[in-house]
Amino acid sequence: MTTTASLMAREGGRLGRTATRESAVSRTIAMAVMIVATLYFLTPLWWLFVAATKSRADFTTTAPLWFADFDLFGNIAALFQYRDGVFLRWLANSALYAGVGAALATLFAAMAGYAIAKYTFRGRETLFNVVLGGVLVPATALALPLFLIFSQAGATNTIWAVLLPSLVSPFGVYLSRIYASASVPDEIIEAARIDGAGEVRTFFTVATRLMAPALVTIFLFQFVAIWNNFFLPLIMLRDEALFPVTMGLYVWNTQVSQIPDIRALVVVGSLLSIIPLIVTFLGLQRFWQSGLANGGLK
Amino acid sequence: MVRDTVVTPSRAVRHRKALAAFLLPFGVLFVLFYVVPILYAVYQSLLTVEREGTFGPAVQVFGGLTQYIAVFQNEPFWASIVRVLMFGAVQVPIMLGLALILALLLDSPLVRGAKFFRLAFFAPYAVPSVIAAIMWGFLYSPNLSPFTAVTGSVDFLSADAVLWSIANVVTWVYVGYNMLIIYSALLSIPQEIYEAARLDGANQLRIAWSIKIPLVAPALVLTGIFSIIGTFQLLAEPQVFASFSSAVTSTFTPNLTIYSTASVPNMSLAAAMSVVLAVATFLLSFTVLKLTQRRATL
Repeated sequence: MTTTASLMAREGGRLGRTATRESAVSRTIAMAVMIVATLYFLTPLWWLFVAATKSRADFTTTAPLWFADFDLFGNIAALFQYRDGVFLRWLANSALYAGVGAALATLFAAMAGYAIAKYTFRGRETLFNVVLGGVLVPATALALPLFLIFSQAGATNTIWAVLLPSLVSPFGVYLSRIYASASVPDEIIEAARIDGAGEVRTFFTVATRLMAPALVTIFLFQFVAIWNNFFLPLIMLRDEALFPVTMGLYVWNTQVSQIPDIRALVVVGSLLSIIPLIVTFLGLQRFWQSGLANGGLK
Repeated sequence: MVRDTVVTPSRAVRHRKALAAFLLPFGVLFVLFYVVPILYAVYQSLLTVEREGTFGPAVQVFGGLTQYIAVFQNEPFWASIVRVLMFGAVQVPIMLGLALILALLLDSPLVRGAKFFRLAFFAPYAVPSVIAAIMWGFLYSPNLSPFTAVTGSVDFLSADAVLWSIANVVTWVYVGYNMLIIYSALLSIPQEIYEAARLDGANQLRIAWSIKIPLVAPALVLTGIFSIIGTFQLLAEPQVFASFSSAVTSTFTPNLTIYSTASVPNMSLAAAMSVVLAVATFLLSFTVLKLTQRRATL
């Protein structure tokens, strides 16, 4: 960064003379920064992909950033067979926690945000401020308190201990409220009422369609938050069969020094665990980018 | 900012049932999994364990602020707070600075292929913290890294360096996310403002400094506050790095201290630590918000 800054300063002295020169030099510097940044962000992912294609022997003996014998599918097969396919189980658990959790969290947040935006009732602002306070309470700060509650109910080490707390998205309520008041016109709700549609039906058939970009945004960010959550499963779950994939890979990684063979599984498993997220983000980018731009951050 | 519906009270009363249907699912879950756990943690933190004689059964009794006095006398806890403060003071400005520079470049006419770069920089956000830490752990390790020339001469996992190696992992994951938030704010600036500035002869650097940065200040404050919260909650990355480096102790960050205290198990002390950490996080984010607001009005 220092070299770029000094370069910019040096070029700055010459800039005044010609305008065309300025843009050519600035363009080059800008592209150079972009390329360096791309290398920084993508090299680790490239390394992971290449490493996942290698046999155990090639992993330590061949050039780390280029392919040796391409054996990605052999490695994946080995991973899926290891200990009766426990990794597949973890992937399924993560999909369940994140998929069901994010879908329901989005629905509940959308209903609450829509209600706060479109109905007047006593305590509306108070309610909204309490929810906003919830945005500032980080998930990890709640993990231990949640453990205390669930252990009172004898419900730690169950699916519910991870799934139920994931259904709450205060940020989702915030985004839904802003988005609903900006993009769902009162006239449309009024028209639906005149047509005889009930309030709940109007929400599901009319409002959700208009709020779609916000809903996709909420779903995605909640999905990522649950998929990535570590403290809650760490503190709640003892039974390996209930682990999400991050928790399983973490435990494997702590065992690498005792079972060196497991390292190859950690590498392939890491690659497989991020592919669903990258694919989801790329596939839905049109929605979440406009959701972020229009709703959340004004 | 928020254009909510203003309805006469009689109409709100008419839709009371619908309103309840919209608000209850989120409301009940929010109370059960946000409010109750926090209150219960406060309650638990006021308890203390007493024994009759040396071998008598342990009983939980009301201990007032005993646990809080213990928290304030707990040196590892404060050492971990100081460690994350140091971490945040260095990492947050670097991360947000990078995010701002990249967002400005993406938004400038200097860069071609902005769409590709935007996705490339954002991709690491799809990598769970646990996986990112495992991956970088491999990249740092002297015998596996593709960068042996670097890792051979610098020990990234030594007691002095490991905190900053973790800072790099966090930066790698979150620069793109913060960049996207700032970029979304940049997109909402009307183009006419730039045309006026260009007519006045301002170059891109000047436009960025005098127009764009002041206008995205709210987004910077928002990302700053979320970053501070995140820093105080550090857990997954150091927990993973404990497998790579003996310098990462069980009291490396506040949340690790809470986790290891809860595993003792000393639930009351851990609950008191959780409460202190939550209050500290809140106070710090609130202070940042107020300070930046004051500066913005000057």
